[in-house]
Amino acid sequence: MRTRRTTLAATVAVATLALAACGGGDEGEETAAEPSVAEAPEFEAGTTMAELAEQGSIRVGTKFDQPGFGLENLSGDVEGFDVEIAEIIAGGLGIEPEQIEFVESPSAVREEVLEGGEVDMVVATYTINDKRKERVSFAGPYYVAGQQIMVASDNTAITGPESLRENADAKVCSVTGSTPSENIRQYLADPGQLVLFDEYSQCADALGNGQVDAVTTDNVILLGFVAESDGQFKLVGEQFTEEPYGIGIPKGDVAFCEFINETLAANEEAYAQAWESTAGQVEGAETPTLPEPAPCS
Amino acid sequence: MSPTSVLYDAQGPRARRRTRIATAVALLALAGLAFVVVRRLAAQGEFSMEKWGPLIDPSNEAFEPVWQLLAEGVVNTLKAAAVAMTLSVVLGTLIAVARLSLGRAGRIPLIGLVELFRGLPVVVLVYFGARVLDDVGVPLDQLPGGQTFWGLVIGLTAYNMVIFAEVVRAGVASLPRGQREAALATGLTNGQAMRLVLLPQAFRVMLPAIISQLVVVLKDTSLITFVANYDELLSQGESIRRNLDNPIQTFVVIALMYIAINYALGRLAQYLERRQPRTAGRAGATVDEDSRVPVGGGA
Amino acid sequence: MDAVTDNLALFVEGYLTSLRIILVALVGSLALGLVIAMCRVSPVPPLQKFGTFWVTTFRNTPLSVVLFACAFGLPELGINRTFFFFGVLGLVLYTSAFVCEAIRAGINSVPAGQAEAARSIGLNFTQGLRFVVLPQALRTVVPPLGSVVIAMMKNSAVVGAFGVGGDLWSTGATLTSARGYETLPVFVGVAIGYLCITLPAGALLQVIERRVAIAR
Repeated sequence: MRTRRTTLAATVAVATLALAACGGGDEGEETAAEPSVAEAPEFEAGTTMAELAEQGSIRVGTKFDQPGFGLENLSGDVEGFDVEIAEIIAGGLGIEPEQIEFVESPSAVREEVLEGGEVDMVVATYTINDKRKERVSFAGPYYVAGQQIMVASDNTAITGPESLRENADAKVCSVTGSTPSENIRQYLADPGQLVLFDEYSQCADALGNGQVDAVTTDNVILLGFVAESDGQFKLVGEQFTEEPYGIGIPKGDVAFCEFINETLAANEEAYAQAWESTAGQVEGAETPTLPEPAPCS
Repeated sequence: MSPTSVLYDAQGPRARRRTRIATAVALLALAGLAFVVVRRLAAQGEFSMEKWGPLIDPSNEAFEPVWQLLAEGVVNTLKAAAVAMTLSVVLGTLIAVARLSLGRAGRIPLIGLVELFRGLPVVVLVYFGARVLDDVGVPLDQLPGGQTFWGLVIGLTAYNMVIFAEVVRAGVASLPRGQREAALATGLTNGQAMRLVLLPQAFRVMLPAIISQLVVVLKDTSLITFVANYDELLSQGESIRRNLDNPIQTFVVIALMYIAINYALGRLAQYLERRQPRTAGRAGATVDEDSRVPVGGGA
Repeated sequence: MDAVTDNLALFVEGYLTSLRIILVALVGSLALGLVIAMCRVSPVPPLQKFGTFWVTTFRNTPLSVVLFACAFGLPELGINRTFFFFGVLGLVLYTSAFVCEAIRAGINSVPAGQAEAARSIGLNFTQGLRFVVLPQALRTVVPPLGSVVIAMMKNSAVVGAFGVGGDLWSTGATLTSARGYETLPVFVGVAIGYLCITLPAGALLQVIERRVAIAR
């Protein structure tokens, strides 16, 4: 296991296990068309961009255990939407994808690796919130996820978060210390309804063999399980939270933040392609349009 | 099994018949259980080559990367266990010597330390090493091997050094008193007597216990998976499962790997134990026949 | 220390959950360990083999792997129970191997003459074990068995990660990762919780050891 007891590992732990499950060899061939790499871009001296462009390489913190967003495959390469996003940004700096060093950054250490200068940015299903903004700055958001509920297809009792209270025997599974596990608490009749594991794939297994009645986390992750389940699972109810994923950068680097936002906006096509070749391969996952960036601070 | 048990005589004809009947019943029961389990698993498709192939079929395209991951995992597990063990023995010896040579007042903080570390779950100590130290700004990442590796090693060492301190203390205490007296009589100082006469003998007695404890340390390296990322055997298994979605198969293979390594270590401990002269004193942990009760059980 | 004082109720609840896991596992592992030990010393070869297999397997596998097998393997076999059940079961299976060995070492320490004497007055295998050998073995068994039990109490921390939740360890994990508390104070709180279990248990064990020693 890689990242346990971590905030967002939780949020999006096992997006599309589908990708994983189909297994074997076909993952590698589906990578997006290489994003364009700018030829010797010019930056104002002293900015982060100038430094990185000069250096010709960048260190990016990402998850290694999140199918669809950042999953280390058997040969040690990381694949997923977050990885593609990092490549788009690096391209804007004139950095080739091969020059990106991905550093495994589970949820709990994301602020730390930025503060400690171990990475230049973090793209790791990183939900923007005020608490985190005290320690780091965010560019983006580049994607807005939302928490939802997944149940077995033959389950008619659970229709959304509200019905968990009425079905006080129902067990709902999430990941220890995750934001979704905290969000769902208010909907429960009894805290004993919440079953916690280290990874969402374990929750999906538990749902598959009837040990729990529902799994809750971000919709994109759940869609992955639904797609993989051969009709065994379904999503119910509306998304009941909003989780804007941002790109973490050192606190106060406004110029870098603006640069990232501009780069993403200028590469909408690559953005859509990045989605379709990774998290978007799951049936029912709509290709998002790039969300309006939040003001940089 | 020991050939002659103290619990029953050589059996007569009736007893033998009874034993045969019991044997048959036991065999049937065990076989029945195995049959039910196997049938269930087969019904779930757990024996399909799709799930086993990457682990056992060399022609499978995932076979090579999978075993590369596993091999890396074994190496990292052994590395962490070996370093933690070495540090534990060294620090444990220092604590034991300090405890044996300090006065009453000096001993109390040491006893407190021993009780503190012995009373905490290893996983909590590993958490301390890998996460708390990092949060309070101890720059473990400056060391070769990286922050998580040393966090794990520190956690394991904190737990095992106090156990070793006890083993060493018992080992030294088990030596005949005349050894120390003779050493002092030849003009050695207290410290020299400890270093040159008592400890070397105690270590010989303790070697099997040290190896038995190594098994515990080795298993405990897997606790890092609950705390942080270090590519030891169990984490590698998780990585494989995440990619291939074959948890049962992967975990069976990993369990067998742990068992093989630990069983071999256990045998080594027995061998060393048996080789020891019976006259020598015995250390804290006894290793009789094939029953090793580890000095301090971990997870 | 706000992390602890603010969430004192959670810590207390975690402490009680951990205690609950420990108590059930204590009874279970002692009973199962005794059964396995009986298998190992019995005159029936398949039972001996089974006992040896059991001990070799569970003593050499990390607890986390055993727990995984219980939480995800058993439902696969059609056994559906709560995760509390599976978690405690995993801890019991793992600990039983150590309990078995402690008991067996104790049985082996009883002089052969005792068992022979028991048989010579006409006691059979079970009676001899029950009335003569085990009571005496108890003396040698108590100290190692005590360490096994205390190790089990500490190992209960791992159980919480397998769907049980709400124990001391998971409480700590929730506070640090989801609610953003500093790790150090939470660590201290969790550590104190476990010490409140293991230190009294250790003291109690010493009392028992002394009692048994006197009974000699």
